[in-house]
Amino acid sequence: MSCGSKSGAGCASGKGCGCAGGQTVDAARRDFLHGAAASAVTLLAAGVTLYSFGPAPAAARAPGERASSSVRYGLLIDAAKCGDGCNECVTACQTENGWRDSGHPQTDAQWIRKLTVKNPKNGATFSLPMMCQHCTDAPCVDVCPTGASFRRADGIVLVDKHTCIGCRYCMMACPYKARSFVHEPLTDQKAHAPRGKGTVESCTLCVHRVDAGRIPACVEACNDTGGGAMLFGDLNDPNSEIAKRIATYRTTRIRADLGCDPGVYYRNI
Amino acid sequence: MARAVGKWVAASAFALLAGLVAPALDGAYAGDAPWLPKPARGQGDKCVADTDWMRRNHMTALLQQRDLTVHDGIRTMRFSLKGCIACHAVKGADEQPVTAESPKHFCRTCHDYAAVRVDCFECHASRPEAGAGAAALPARAATPEAETLARYVRSLKP
Repeated sequence: MSCGSKSGAGCASGKGCGCAGGQTVDAARRDFLHGAAASAVTLLAAGVTLYSFGPAPAAARAPGERASSSVRYGLLIDAAKCGDGCNECVTACQTENGWRDSGHPQTDAQWIRKLTVKNPKNGATFSLPMMCQHCTDAPCVDVCPTGASFRRADGIVLVDKHTCIGCRYCMMACPYKARSFVHEPLTDQKAHAPRGKGTVESCTLCVHRVDAGRIPACVEACNDTGGGAMLFGDLNDPNSEIAKRIATYRTTRIRADLGCDPGVYYRNI
Repeated sequence: MARAVGKWVAASAFALLAGLVAPALDGAYAGDAPWLPKPARGQGDKCVADTDWMRRNHMTALLQQRDLTVHDGIRTMRFSLKGCIACHAVKGADEQPVTAESPKHFCRTCHDYAAVRVDCFECHASRPEAGAGAAALPARAATPEAETLARYVRSLKP
């Protein structure tokens, strides 16, 4: 139950010290509150719907309905199936969202990238795709001075480019280096993925496809022509394939110690 | 006395002038006057709302729907910039839809005339993608969004 802090005093209070002990207390308290809220629904039932409380089973969202917080979209990526030289997810993302290399690797936008990780002790390598991890407590959302960086009700972290002033605080705050800044004027963007100079952008989990009931382009490409390493789904729905696999196998979230609660799970890393 | 007569003459002249000019302006709104912009017609039977209403309130409608789409993921409402661009596409010399670079572009015809610069197209596509046209657009919704928005716009005025 050690939180790794040298003082060790902040932990006992359980007030957001970021350690495992504090989270357990917070989670228990939250569960209790959820229970209380659920009973409140039954009491106040006439015309009142508190749909954001409790792990309600997810149904496909009707067109025109708001994104719901009963859903938490996420990914499960199996590094054992992720081919070392395979780049299908990156290519698919580029095609879908219209970003591309312009020959300036220092500044080019990069929504998703392939990483090869090597254990220096034994030389073992594996590769994995890295993109926005769609955190619950996203640092990019915390630091944004204008509210442009936001987390949608269903867990997708986005940039509202109408409000973004291009300060790039979020890029510095992101532990995953997932965000890019657009330095050059752009033309012929995709109609469903507006992007322009002076704004920050990152993986949108293909929000336009998700809203239409489809899966992200990277997942589709990985299943079609790649190694079938990626799985997309609703983490909150215990009957979804992704939730079942996460419940069955040992999974890892990168830098889970930061307490951001990322929505992207990895296996075999 | 002379001053009263003068006032009467001025009032009559104004009324006469107004009577003459008003029908001319009506005609001009229909696109007859050469000095007024003639934005390209859409591909369907009619616009998502009445033309007069759209002329005055399209910016508010787009602004409100923009936030609903970005933050709440609602993509079925009718005031969509993507929809305007797809329906009002203007073909250039190469038979391809022109971008906002061209003065013939639907948005630019009026915005150039009114000297209102829009920055939508720094990020948004200003022409439809291949295969997108009026056929790809959602049918005119039966929900009274236009009326709701009209009330909202009126409530903003002092």
